[in-house]
Amino acid sequence: MPKKEWIKKVLVIGSGPIVIGQAAEFDYAGTQACRVLKEEGLEVVLVNSNPATIMTDTEIADKVYLEPLTVASLERIIAKERPDSLLAGLGGQTGLNMAMELDEKGILAKYNVQLLGTKIDAIRRAEDREDFKNMMLDIGEPCIDSVIVHDVQPAVDFGNEFGYPVIVRPAYTLGGTGGGFAENEKQLREICADGLRSSRVHENLIEKSVAGWKEIEYEVIRDASGNSIVVCNMENMDPVGVHTGDSIVVAPTQTLRASEATMLRNSALSIISALGIEGGCNVQYALDPVSLKYYVIEVNPRVSRSSALASKATGYPIAKVTTRIALGYTLDEIANGVTGCTYACAEPTIDYVVLKYPRWPFDKFVYADKHIGTKMKATGEIMSIGVNFESAMLKAVRSLEMGMDSLVVPSLEELSDEEIEKRLHEINTERSFVVAEALRRGVTMEHINQITKIDVWFLQKMKNIVEMEQKVRALGSKDAITRDLMFAIKKMGFADKAIARFVGCKESEIREMRKAMNVLPSYRLVDTCAGEFDAVSPYYYSAYGTATEAKNTGRKTVVVLGSGPIRIGQGIEFDYCSVHCVWALKRAGFDTVIINNNPETVSTDFDTSDRLYFEPLMPEDVWNVLEIEQPVGVVCQFGGQTAIKLAKSVREAGYNILGTDLGDIDAAEDRELFNQLLNSLGIPQPKGTTVFTADEAAAAARELGYPVLVRPSYVLGGQGMEIAYDEKHIREYMSIINMNVQEHPILVDKYLLGREIEVDAICDGENVLIPGIMEHIERAGIHSGDSISVYPPQHLAPRIQRMVTDYTINIARSLHVKGLVNIQFIEYAGDLYIIEVNPRSSRTVPYISKVTGIPIVELGVRASLGEKVPAMGFGTGLYPPAPTVAVKMPVFSFEKLNEVEVALGPEMKSTGEALGLAETAEEAYLKGFASTKMAIPKPEEGGVLFAIADHDKREAMELAETLASLGFEIYATSGTAHKFNHNYIGAHSVPRPGEDTEALAKLFDSGKIRLIITTPTHGRDPMRAGFRLRRMAVEYGIACVTSIDTAKLLLKCIKLGKKEEDIPALGLHDLIL
Amino acid sequence: MAMLILEDGTRFEGTAFGAKGNAAGEVVFTTGMAGYQETITDPACEGQIICMTYPLIGNVGVNDLDFESDGVRCAGIVVSELCDLPSNWQLKRSLEDYLCEQGVTGLHSVDTRALTRHLRTAGVMRGRIVVDEDAQDNEKPAAYTCGAAYEIKADGGLTFAVLDLGVKKSVLEAFADRGVTLKVYPADTAAETILDAGCDAVIISSGPGCPADYAAQCETVRVLMEKKPCMGIALGHQVMALAAGGAVKPLLYGHHGSNLPVKDLEHSTCYVTAQHVGYTIDADNLPEGAVVTHVNSNDGTVEGLRYAGGLSCSVQFYPDAGRGLYKSVDLYDEFIAQVRESAAK
Repeated sequence: MPKKEWIKKVLVIGSGPIVIGQAAEFDYAGTQACRVLKEEGLEVVLVNSNPATIMTDTEIADKVYLEPLTVASLERIIAKERPDSLLAGLGGQTGLNMAMELDEKGILAKYNVQLLGTKIDAIRRAEDREDFKNMMLDIGEPCIDSVIVHDVQPAVDFGNEFGYPVIVRPAYTLGGTGGGFAENEKQLREICADGLRSSRVHENLIEKSVAGWKEIEYEVIRDASGNSIVVCNMENMDPVGVHTGDSIVVAPTQTLRASEATMLRNSALSIISALGIEGGCNVQYALDPVSLKYYVIEVNPRVSRSSALASKATGYPIAKVTTRIALGYTLDEIANGVTGCTYACAEPTIDYVVLKYPRWPFDKFVYADKHIGTKMKATGEIMSIGVNFESAMLKAVRSLEMGMDSLVVPSLEELSDEEIEKRLHEINTERSFVVAEALRRGVTMEHINQITKIDVWFLQKMKNIVEMEQKVRALGSKDAITRDLMFAIKKMGFADKAIARFVGCKESEIREMRKAMNVLPSYRLVDTCAGEFDAVSPYYYSAYGTATEAKNTGRKTVVVLGSGPIRIGQGIEFDYCSVHCVWALKRAGFDTVIINNNPETVSTDFDTSDRLYFEPLMPEDVWNVLEIEQPVGVVCQFGGQTAIKLAKSVREAGYNILGTDLGDIDAAEDRELFNQLLNSLGIPQPKGTTVFTADEAAAAARELGYPVLVRPSYVLGGQGMEIAYDEKHIREYMSIINMNVQEHPILVDKYLLGREIEVDAICDGENVLIPGIMEHIERAGIHSGDSISVYPPQHLAPRIQRMVTDYTINIARSLHVKGLVNIQFIEYAGDLYIIEVNPRSSRTVPYISKVTGIPIVELGVRASLGEKVPAMGFGTGLYPPAPTVAVKMPVFSFEKLNEVEVALGPEMKSTGEALGLAETAEEAYLKGFASTKMAIPKPEEGGVLFAIADHDKREAMELAETLASLGFEIYATSGTAHKFNHNYIGAHSVPRPGEDTEALAKLFDSGKIRLIITTPTHGRDPMRAGFRLRRMAVEYGIACVTSIDTAKLLLKCIKLGKKEEDIPALGLHDLIL
Repeated sequence: MAMLILEDGTRFEGTAFGAKGNAAGEVVFTTGMAGYQETITDPACEGQIICMTYPLIGNVGVNDLDFESDGVRCAGIVVSELCDLPSNWQLKRSLEDYLCEQGVTGLHSVDTRALTRHLRTAGVMRGRIVVDEDAQDNEKPAAYTCGAAYEIKADGGLTFAVLDLGVKKSVLEAFADRGVTLKVYPADTAAETILDAGCDAVIISSGPGCPADYAAQCETVRVLMEKKPCMGIALGHQVMALAAGGAVKPLLYGHHGSNLPVKDLEHSTCYVTAQHVGYTIDADNLPEGAVVTHVNSNDGTVEGLRYAGGLSCSVQFYPDAGRGLYKSVDLYDEFIAQVRESAAK
């Protein structure tokens, strides 16, 4: 069926800020969608509050609105733009929810906007628990039996009817506490009674347990004519019980017979047919490992994280095909862009193994609860491709960038056998390594299978890895490695570095020896068809012992190193930069190559670069690609710390790094060199020194005077950064940081409590362009990624702005920056200090590019290719500020992470960001808050609770006084209340957690508290009262502000007296004329 | 070091497994990711050397449920990695043990992708798995049928004859499940024998080899087609076309796999099919009065025909692969319904 010709102008809704569970995959999906719409000649109006995305580029959509994703905001845009249709299935759950709300509120009907793709009632059928269950019942597809109870007896009746074990899930409890597995009636009675007591609404969900069953996923796609195919099926190595986002997943399924796979395939296709899905859809199953019994766990009637994975795993672009289906095409009319000769109605078939491994944020949150279960905790993921499971697994481990290159974890090796046995029972982020350690110690696969329920097939593969590792270790010397053995080791996926460690030699020795033996990697194509057709899109992965399909093209090639998995501190911004770098290089006439391993991103879309290598970002893996490609240059400055860390290896291998020289990168990153540079320029910085041991750190801190800022060098996102107020604190810090061997020293700096300022600049080695100065709302001490950042600056004297400009120019010139540089300053007592210089792109680049209209990455690339900044058409020095104000607000995922301190500090915690864009600063703040789902409090909605650290009490009093005068009820914890009341500010005293937690819980439950302003003392001890209070705020969904500066900003918005809908929508095209 | 030597001299090294000995046959690759047990026991691959493009083979071992005939039909198999520890609740024996038991040779640790890419461009050709230079090649003619006629009873009131050119068990099961009693005849059965025994329709089954080698069966089928509604599957589809005056031609490397997209012109839909054929109907030499009902979405070849009179039809794919591959259209149900309706008249 051809395209629906009436479609002329399409509104696309993005997924908003990155949070756990909704990450870069929707930028990938949305960007693909927009490109399809443009290819079809349609006008695209895009709304997404996330400025770090590629989809919000003016190159991707005709009209881009970085506006809040709220009904009010969307209605305003619809009224202004009058699109005839809406595409919502590519914006994650956010996009889908917005479409449903717009429909429910009659807005789609009012403006005559047609929803493209899956219809509203189909979405509703899939999303509504009851409707879905009934429909599944109608078509004979089994759902997990469950019942909602308010009493113990019905739960027991259920258990006796449907059998044990059952899961008890209390509704609305703190941190998902209470509940659990009941193996029999007696246990069920106890657990159910407990659960009812802990539930705020005295309600339990009783569900038949299928924990331990196989978890299987189907990615399916269907067009409006009813044609449907399976794009890919996937098997979770972690059985049911672990969220698929936190599971190790392989594609295709490995332990299913064809008839079992067909059974689930048929089920998935009949479900999407019954639902009437038009586009991509994900169906999840629990399959009994010892029978044909299965349950439908979940259906996602939209493009999802799994579909991004399936797209990259097979080469079948689900988001693109979904968009074409939404426009009216059928599967047999949509060409396969990979082969160029087949169609979207053919099911992809693959001839390799794909493995997805989650990336968790627990390297930052050391005290957090690392157990994984039904609530997703991973911030990102990596994908690896191998000709066998073992190599896919080992590539995955390398891609994670957790400092590992094998399944050996030294801290696990030290544990006793009893402890390992105990750990096998724990389902946490370390489980696969615990399993490996158990196998290493000879625990039988049967035993491990009994405990973990991980299929023996996977355990055998893990065992193969462990046995090979033991075999190599036993050799004792590299000279004992024969060619056959070397070949076998490499085929299994071991890194040279790991082999070197096993036999006790240098990585370079293994590499040389391996090359001399002619054991070299080959590159095979991902082609959707297992080699049946000639593929036209070069998308490669490495293997050993097979013919290579990649060859040197002889064209002028540049290799761009990507940024790996999304993690706190290194998010989607760096993918934005990598992709823009590729585009700029293409425009400059180069062949482009990307090396990356993140399946969620635009950079790993097979048609972003000329050639894509889906590989770990480790020196060996990068060298191997460079040897094939022989590039004229390698770009390391756009892939975050991942890429910059590789610069040295790239240079050592004799390749040319485009842009800033390695020596100059070192001058910025190496503390001593950097000090010398600043001294010679006469630019001040907070006093500081470098240390290795706890004693040195304590001595340094004493000399500098507390508080001090401690952090490792060469990190991103303030990883392991902390403000220490006393010696105990600094010793605790050093003991944590030194749990891993540190290659680089620890920095100890005097901590200045001033205003933070940040710039990104473009330099050609000589001339400098500063697109804009950003000012942070929160004073220093809160990581720049977690601060609210405003452009242009609102509180900086012209003198300071001139100093920022001058310092930036001087530093960029002295470092001979060719490309981008990011500099962070502190204004303190009228002076300006430098705190950090990063000779690379930063997380603020996308947002500043968008609001200034300066294509920063492109200019940076051109500068690194030798073009002069004055010739680029944007002048030099500080670019004139925009007439609008842009506020970047951090977004957090605290509700997903138990036991994580909510209060902000020098270590970054936010997972994403949203933008507020308006003509005045206050309006921009208000929009920014709306984009982060922080509604501006009103006195009639409830009061404000203060729990303030001593050093903030004076400032907090002013706030409380103003809020009280605006009519807010003021509550305060005992100490704070005492101080307030003493100063004639009426405050209800409330107990702190620990004093009377139950009373506090009751107060939170009553809805009387609308906002909590709480500032932390110090330390990360989860037992402290302030910590508990903030966690309770998260659990109860009460807005919680942890900095006086943020609170003051909120107060400004309250005083403004406007609603979000009173402020006009601003498109990027409105700014840039 | 064992190896696969192709007719054109190309060699692929590997390691032998399964029964000791050499094998010779037509080398074809199949792209199905699961279902090696079904594939190697499908009589359509009788005598062939099958190369699996999916690299991990043997993961679920061999069970008692998924056979398409009573043993391994192919002459040899070529895989990338043979599973060292199969795992499945229905597992009865490993693939290696099964091949030993069946006397069939396999070759693993082969660069199957390179082999596939070679066959894709050079076309299907003969080859030998050589384990022992001095040993005889295990070679089987590309033909398979039952030894004697037999019956599978069902209680739906209809009886179909099956001309067994190498029928798959799952096809028989599909009709039996739909209540059709089946009378299965060896390939050399005369048309009169079949017609005299009585039936409502005839299934011309799938099977191995080149359709042109089935001259006698073409004659039988020509007679059957005049008297009874016939449904042809895969090889049966091609034999019917030849019988009705059409022509077939070889495909460069065949259609082997379970992801082949087919457009159903009668129902204006498309679906994914499983196939194991090396030939296709020549679209320029269609049988008189035959209408193309299905075409391959990828290469545009003819995938289905309907004959004058409207009842007899044939498809190149397995209408029911993998014991029930989901489709928006059930060709068996449709054929059965049409036969039932015509029988009622």
